[in-house]
Amino acid sequence: MRIARIRKETTVTEQVPIDLSLMDPLIEKYKGKKGNMIPLLQGTQELYGYIPREAFHKLADGTGLKLSDMYGVATFYAQFRLNPVGKHIIKICHGTACHVQNANELSEALEEALKIKDGETTEDGLFTLESVACLGCCSLAPVMMIGDNTSGKLTGPQAVKIVKNIRIAENN
Amino acid sequence: MTQAKVIVGLGSCGVAAGAKKVYDKIAALQVAEKLDFELKKTSCIGMCYREPLVEIIDESGSYLYGDIDENKAVELINQHISQHNPIKDYVVHTDLFETVDNSYTDDQVKIALRNCGYIDPESIDEYEERNGYRAIKKIAGSAMSRLDVIQSMLESGLRGRGGGGFPTGLKWKFANNNKADEKYIICNADEGDPGAFMDRSVLEGDPHSVVEGMIIGAYAIEATGGVIYCRAEYPLAIKRLEIAIKQARERGYLGKNILGIQGFNFDMYIKEGAGAFVCGEETALIASVEGQRGMPRKRPPFPAASGLWKKPTNINNVETYANIPWIIINGAKEYAKYGTEKSKGTKVFALAGKIKRSGLVEVPMGMSIRDVIFKLGGGIQNDKRFKAVQMGGPSGGCIPEHLADIPIDYDSVNSTGAIMGSGGMVVMDETTCMIDVAKFFLDFTQKESCGKCTFCRVGTKRMLEILTRITEGEGQEGDIEMLEDLSYQIKESSLCGLGQTAPNPVLTTLKYFRDEYEAHIIDKKCPAKVCKPLLTYTVDPEKCTGCTVCAKNCPSNCIDGARKEVHFINQEACIQCGACYSKCKFDAILVN
Ligand SMILES: Cc1cc2nc3c(=O)[nH]c(=O)nc-3n(C[C@H](O)[C@H](O)[C@H](O)COP(=O)(O)O)c2cc1C
Ligand code: SF4
Ligand code: FES
Repeated sequence: MRIARIRKETTVTEQVPIDLSLMDPLIEKYKGKKGNMIPLLQGTQELYGYIPREAFHKLADGTGLKLSDMYGVATFYAQFRLNPVGKHIIKICHGTACHVQNANELSEALEEALKIKDGETTEDGLFTLESVACLGCCSLAPVMMIGDNTSGKLTGPQAVKIVKNIRIAENN
Repeated sequence: MTQAKVIVGLGSCGVAAGAKKVYDKIAALQVAEKLDFELKKTSCIGMCYREPLVEIIDESGSYLYGDIDENKAVELINQHISQHNPIKDYVVHTDLFETVDNSYTDDQVKIALRNCGYIDPESIDEYEERNGYRAIKKIAGSAMSRLDVIQSMLESGLRGRGGGGFPTGLKWKFANNNKADEKYIICNADEGDPGAFMDRSVLEGDPHSVVEGMIIGAYAIEATGGVIYCRAEYPLAIKRLEIAIKQARERGYLGKNILGIQGFNFDMYIKEGAGAFVCGEETALIASVEGQRGMPRKRPPFPAASGLWKKPTNINNVETYANIPWIIINGAKEYAKYGTEKSKGTKVFALAGKIKRSGLVEVPMGMSIRDVIFKLGGGIQNDKRFKAVQMGGPSGGCIPEHLADIPIDYDSVNSTGAIMGSGGMVVMDETTCMIDVAKFFLDFTQKESCGKCTFCRVGTKRMLEILTRITEGEGQEGDIEMLEDLSYQIKESSLCGLGQTAPNPVLTTLKYFRDEYEAHIIDKKCPAKVCKPLLTYTVDPEKCTGCTVCAKNCPSNCIDGARKEVHFINQEACIQCGACYSKCKFDAILVN
């Protein structure tokens, strides 16, 4: 069930202060509109990469939406995250086509190279590994998407190489 | 001399294969060498297996070039454009001479995909040049009444392409019958079936056809507002839809008194999904548009009576809408010429998996599965043995090779235990384990179940546990019967289509591949050599060079052998991880 997806809130030791005022235009735009909850949460996640606890409270104060309703929606949809994510989100497709073309190999190779499991973030905060269902490029299976860049027909080592190149570029 | 055109395919699949780089290269070359040709963009033409694709049209005709990288692009421009010398070896399709891939297009009939790959999807002019918005103009000009439009849909025999196959005309009739001050029309672009990508292609390649289809639907049912519910995983589709809606508004196809039809006020917006398969179900989709958790509710009332904001609502799929303008322009009879008695028209299929030519094909209903896979799809990769094809995604099933001659229509596909679904066809060969596939789908439905019904929520979990056990070599006698029993109960006691169809992948594999289940449970063997815990790894003494790589990589240190001597795997300690197999450079690890 969908509840199984809810990941424990991780306590960040070095709390980076969150600038909640960034949300003001968003709240202004959607306040009082019917059906606004998902766009509000999507907008918040766009700002911070995830939905911080404080942001829920700010949304509740600013729009009158109930905290419990928002939490319900945020945990129902796969898109919403309650934990901070890495700078780059590596999406490995595990749709049918990619599964039969051995997408597991990509996941395993990346898990080994980055020393994280599916859904986790590397210590340096650079990468988060995520499995997704079908990126719509099934003819190029197995497929991986980082940011807006999709690459297909990959092997494990090729996927690792792409990620390593990003890390090298970041460290320079 | 007319100016030559160079057209680069920039659909998601093309871009992923490197088409953007090719486009940029050609653009730079054009500027640098002051070359005289028109450089244009289009979207996916369906030959995804040959991406990136570049089409060059000159006075002699059209040449579609495949597998073009930056270097080949330079070559093409130099040879074909500058020296008028087409490079025949790179041509994958043309009407001028035979090519290896002509058979991919020979039997296709493009109706829903009529413009995909032919027009620039961001240009309303190009859409209009190819009969775009002529259907709605025809309705406005000839005073076709709402009931005439609905009658035309009924006569065309068009059935919903989103999976259910419900007659579109009938659906519109119901929505039209329910009078209200506000009504809605929704386009289901959630495309949840992992392994299907035709809706994405239509949205990216020809967004105006969907917009026009919705306008016609809105006219027929007197809708006042429209929503396109699109997956967030399709950013390019969303971008192009936004452009299309804006352009349609500017030309007066959306707005007030559209095309002079008094009282026809209609506009639409895009709603991004948030990643939940169950939101493809109509009532869940409506809940999601309203901003709630996307959980299905009991029907009746059906959306046609009480849908979005409790107003009468009509929902159709992307491909369904894309067919509609064509039917209005060419007539219902013309559409009904294609297909079989009960399944009219054409259907788009997304070919993927172990098939040589994977991509999109649109064929008349009634073609056999074998023809689609072998004639159009070119057969199985590496000429392995064709084992089964998965149709209908998580709600569908695996159709085995011996049933491949059935015609593809709603009823014949249903008779196998699979469903037509949205048209995804994932082809499997002898190296695909059917229990692994069943487990894959159950894992999917188990995660995606909204949790409302006990049998769907808990039952799929129990089934997944049993399947996992079987693939790990812990299968027990009685497991098969237990799976069958659970399947039956889940089907009977679930509220929505997700639960009602979730057992199908297991039931069809049990029906057609029972021996494979038995091999796993009784003999503890995986015939397709996929389930790692059931495999034994041994060293081939002929091929082993004693390089020690396997021993170094074995996590349980169970490989013995001195340097330059044949190695040996201690079976007691082996944990079947397969590390030796993937690391060995000499193919000296045997798997059984
Ligand atoms: C669990 C579930 C998922 C579905 N997913 C989709 C989908 O992704 N796209 C779609 O068009 N229809 C989907 N459907 C079918 C829709 O509920 C609906 O029947 C369809 O959109 C109606 O359009 P049509 O009559 O044009 O086919 C799904 C149904 C169920 C039960
Ligand atoms: S069948 Fe499953 S997905 Fe559908 S309503 Fe019930 S629990 Fe939710
Ligand atoms: S299954 Fe991976 S892109 Fe569709």
